[in-house]
Amino acid sequence: MGKLLIKNGRVVDPANKVDAVRDVLAENGRIAGVAENIRANSAKVIDAAGKIVLPGLVDMHVHLREPGREDKETVASGTKAALKGGVTSVLAMPNTTPSIDSAENVSFLKEIIKSTASANVFIAAAITKGREGKELTDIAELKKLGIAAITDDGSSLDPDKLMLEALKKAKANGMLAICHCEDKKLSNHGCVNSGIISTRMGLKGISRESEYKRVERDIDLAAKAGSAVHIAHISCRESVEMIRRAKKNGAKVTCDVTPHHFSLTEEAVLGFDANFKMNPPLRSKEDVSAIREGLRDGTIDAIASDHAPHTENEKEIEFERAEFGVIGLETELAAAITELLDQGILDWPGLVEKMALNPARILGIDKGTLSIGRDADIVIVDPDKAWIVRREGLVSKSKNCAFLGRELKGAVEYTICSGKVAYGIHS
Amino acid sequence: MAETAAWTRKDLLGLEDLSRQEIELILSTAESFKEVSTREIKKVPALRGKTVVNLFYEPSTRTRVSFEVAAKRLSADVINIATETSSVRKGETLIDTGRNIEALKVDIVVVRHNYSGAGIMLARHLKASVVNAGDGWHEHPTQALLDIFTLKEKLGKIAGLKVSIVGDIAHSRVARSNIWGLTKLGAKVTVCAPPMLIPPAIEQTGVSVTHDIGAALKGADAVNVLRMQFERDDSLAFPRQLEYFKSFGITRERLEKAKKDIVVMHPGPINRGIEMSSEVADGANSVILEQVTNGIAVRMAALFLVAQANEAINGKAAD
Repeated sequence: MGKLLIKNGRVVDPANKVDAVRDVLAENGRIAGVAENIRANSAKVIDAAGKIVLPGLVDMHVHLREPGREDKETVASGTKAALKGGVTSVLAMPNTTPSIDSAENVSFLKEIIKSTASANVFIAAAITKGREGKELTDIAELKKLGIAAITDDGSSLDPDKLMLEALKKAKANGMLAICHCEDKKLSNHGCVNSGIISTRMGLKGISRESEYKRVERDIDLAAKAGSAVHIAHISCRESVEMIRRAKKNGAKVTCDVTPHHFSLTEEAVLGFDANFKMNPPLRSKEDVSAIREGLRDGTIDAIASDHAPHTENEKEIEFERAEFGVIGLETELAAAITELLDQGILDWPGLVEKMALNPARILGIDKGTLSIGRDADIVIVDPDKAWIVRREGLVSKSKNCAFLGRELKGAVEYTICSGKVAYGIHS
Repeated sequence: MAETAAWTRKDLLGLEDLSRQEIELILSTAESFKEVSTREIKKVPALRGKTVVNLFYEPSTRTRVSFEVAAKRLSADVINIATETSSVRKGETLIDTGRNIEALKVDIVVVRHNYSGAGIMLARHLKASVVNAGDGWHEHPTQALLDIFTLKEKLGKIAGLKVSIVGDIAHSRVARSNIWGLTKLGAKVTVCAPPMLIPPAIEQTGVSVTHDIGAALKGADAVNVLRMQFERDDSLAFPRQLEYFKSFGITRERLEKAKKDIVVMHPGPINRGIEMSSEVADGANSVILEQVTNGIAVRMAALFLVAQANEAINGKAAD
């Protein structure tokens, strides 16, 4: 494998406290140097003057839909979408068909990844068999297979006792548990945020209680188990406050938020467009402000897309019948630049922390930095380039994007995976 | 017809988006059409050569027939599709059904649907006009317009009236459309129901809330009584029928404490002895059958206005 030299870019690598114009050299797929004026004979050179050079993004919440729903997305198409968005590593969620709940199914998925993925795919396995919330999977065995985390994503384990047991086993095996925080008895088949918008639209609402009561429970259970817990896609003020308080009290809790939850309010759903139907739902202005404050003050550790591809047939139907979820791999970086960086909520190092360094640390994977010797996963971004999100420009198999038609700022020019240009606007 | 505003909308999907002037235009257009139904030959050629499809995904008699009569009095051709007997049963999507209907070169699709927003979605995909004949819990604009038309006919105005809406507000598209229409025209609206039948943050629409039927009736110029939708009951907290009548039913005794000439309305069908007593339903204050009659004029106005606007939008020559 050859050499790749990225010259004159503003390198942002918070793990090494770098935020300066530097050259980056990749050799044999690894970072070989980050310094001023690196010279490397025979290296392929990319001029990154005026651009930002970041570690490849790590998205810890991605639905690749394979196996089982290849009409929505595949490992091949999903990882291509990731690369276009500057994401070099994804955590694939286990709510596939069959779900990733056994050694056999993990091996099957690994084979698919090996033969078709163009970015790094880490695997999250189910906490319970079939994600049915009844019987725990063999967490020790899954750990041996290199699983990065366990989650019944899309569902929360209802029985406290079973959840406690899962957290204890996760701790014993050094495994991260990721919680989808929703008490379905309280969300009660709702489809938008409960409040004036659900009332105006004549739709069943999803209360904030249905989320934060479960956040509270899972933090308490993790404390009892002595384990860490990661809360996925928080969306409301009370969840932010609860996690902030828990962190102050020393709880081992981390959390993430999606770009749509920090960018959009519940008013977006007023036209009954199912591209704004997601779970948790878009919330009120006050909730979005609380989320942004949580990102600013460090309560929220990570940004993850919750990339949830669905076919036209599943979205272009009556709002109440439409599937929950939107795609996000290709827009998450630009959404963060537009909504957080340009509005002074995060600076570049802060943004890289949320989108690369912290998710890698939370998952315990060797990614998210440009440290010497690490995999040369690198993104080069034009921070000022504005673009309009258009369905024909999306490479994901599905087009259910909440940002369609919106102008976003910041465009990925190159995504480099293990030292090779895996995506380039000129390629 | 009073020229209070120009009607430029291809569709009539709800009252939330309409201006006061647009609502007044429909009402004044309806006034001019009401006379048609009193003629010996109850027909005008306003929609001659046009085709109206009544696409009903929910069982309905009065609304469907009212639209049919309205369209026929405007000389339109009418096709009724009840989805129980259509390709929808084979799994066809709403959009595909709509597109197939449009391929038959129809001009107006009147849609009743059990899901909120269905008409809005259909209208996005069709060049034909779409008139919402009730969607889920969302809106039922022509019902509210005929309620308002009837009130105006009885009391001469809407601005300044005190109107109480009593019943299952949470699951009622009639309540929502009435709230938008009445408040835009300057009425003071109170909603009255047991707490579990009041949807969240309803005060933000500009209405007052009470759980006391006496308070709702006191000083009210009109009471619009909604049907209790026991068939939708999915909650243990939903009141039992007798319990509901005891606490919220409109009875002669309760009306005696209200204004003498209080107007009593109901969109029908009535659950007698649950929402109101027969005495009240058939009594002197009741305008329930007048509402039905006025529904034809209002729906004629709605069909006429959307057809006219659609011609302008799609650049077709008028008949």
